[in-house]
Amino acid sequence: MSINGKAYIVGAYEHPTRLAKDKSVAQLHAECAHGALADAGLSIKDVDGYFCAGDAPGLGPLAMADYLNLTLKHLDSTDMGGCSYIAHVAHAAEAIAMGKCKVALITLAGRPRSEGHSGAVPRIRGADAPDTQWEFPLGVATVNAYAMCAARHMHQYGTTAEQLAWVKVAASHHAQHNPHAMLRDVVTVEQVVGSPLIATPLHRLDCCVVSDGGGALVVVAPEIARSLKRPLVKVKGAGESMKGQMAGAVDLTYSAGVRSGPAAFAEAGVKPADIKYASVYDSFTITVVIQLEDIGFCEKGQGGKFVADGNLISGVGKLPWNTDGGGLCNNHPANRGGITKVIEAVRQLRGEAHPKVQVKNCDLALAHGTGGLLGSRHGAATLIMERE
Amino acid sequence: MAAKERAIPAPMTNPETEPFWEAAKQGKFLLPWCVETNKAFWYPRAVSPFALNGKVEWREASGRGTIYSVSVMKRAPEVYAIAYVTVEEGPTMMTNIVECDFDKVAIGDKVQLTWRPTEDGPPYPVFKPAA
Repeated sequence: MSINGKAYIVGAYEHPTRLAKDKSVAQLHAECAHGALADAGLSIKDVDGYFCAGDAPGLGPLAMADYLNLTLKHLDSTDMGGCSYIAHVAHAAEAIAMGKCKVALITLAGRPRSEGHSGAVPRIRGADAPDTQWEFPLGVATVNAYAMCAARHMHQYGTTAEQLAWVKVAASHHAQHNPHAMLRDVVTVEQVVGSPLIATPLHRLDCCVVSDGGGALVVVAPEIARSLKRPLVKVKGAGESMKGQMAGAVDLTYSAGVRSGPAAFAEAGVKPADIKYASVYDSFTITVVIQLEDIGFCEKGQGGKFVADGNLISGVGKLPWNTDGGGLCNNHPANRGGITKVIEAVRQLRGEAHPKVQVKNCDLALAHGTGGLLGSRHGAATLIMERE
Repeated sequence: MAAKERAIPAPMTNPETEPFWEAAKQGKFLLPWCVETNKAFWYPRAVSPFALNGKVEWREASGRGTIYSVSVMKRAPEVYAIAYVTVEEGPTMMTNIVECDFDKVAIGDKVQLTWRPTEDGPPYPVFKPAA
């Protein structure tokens, strides 16, 4: 049993807003839902499966499903942080393959920028979570949790600040072509390592943006996909996992991507070298380096060398990556970068990315992300898609 | 003059972890051990992460450790160092490094447990450079 070929992504929509002071979170979810359904050529009444995560207001999927006025046969509010929506595509494909639904809608939205969130401020991620009393008082924010991963990766493998900076440089090269991107100026390695240190060894420009916004996806059964006018983007393989502190056997140099990546490639029956375009969640530059190693684009410890010298820049390097500008430059709605990774991969497979960054003959793409904190406990999800 | 140190907020304790915090009030640093496997673990919990229905026992620890990773938070009202320290008994725990030179604190440094008071809560375990 496999999901390979059992479902297609027919709708993808990224909200153009980056600052939504005049909108509610529910409204943003709904605008994204309508955008993705319109992109697919479907209507609200066609939806029989709904997927969302912790950014959706209200109890699980109930409040948003009611707001959207959906009539459902399948609901799923799996939450593994920012990568949830990558996993949702796989879960939707599973549900479709099992005959539980035929038209699955996935939404994400949030307005952390309007609400004044910062990745440098410690926040409680569940007062009753068993780890909270051992970590929150220490001032673990988002940035310093990832910074500890970067510090260890540098110590163990000789990864340099300049190598990390290349990730941001690549994102900025892509973002200059995206009119919706928050940061559109091309930056240099020198500018990244010269930007202020936030949490050593990470600089300001190693960090993603804080933005409002959202996105939505529509995943459908093959017969519905073929009845629509959109290019056929097939779900080919997926994997998911999580990794924590392993009861004290902490190892910050690798992620749960070591499990989700190979599982996705095995199901898809392809290798990393076959991938024409990759979206990899870039909460911080180090996140990308560790993920590329873990899902198999290079050997463990070689991620710094792999991303250097423009290797992730479309038309320049070997692995065109995050051609929308990613979280580092484009947007990071709800502090969760998963759905935008799938959306840009779908654009690439359809040939609808910006002409300056569109990968030629892009028929096989990957979207991968982590969620939660790489430095304490996190989820990971990998998705492989094919243009038919 | 030394810069002002970041105040540690009181931990949200619960009945499961009460023995640790009661000992902390006496200045004793306890580690939870799985009796079945004779392995210490972190973070503390009453249910063994290693053995089914494994008995968990609190044992006083040496307080000696080595920095596994560390990050100095610059963008904060008071600069502080968050770290993972591998303690002599085995597990690696998240903590703060205090009384250190923030420009020099590094992976591999030997550290020693110390305590910081919290407002309306038990003292909190942190580490300082070993003498």
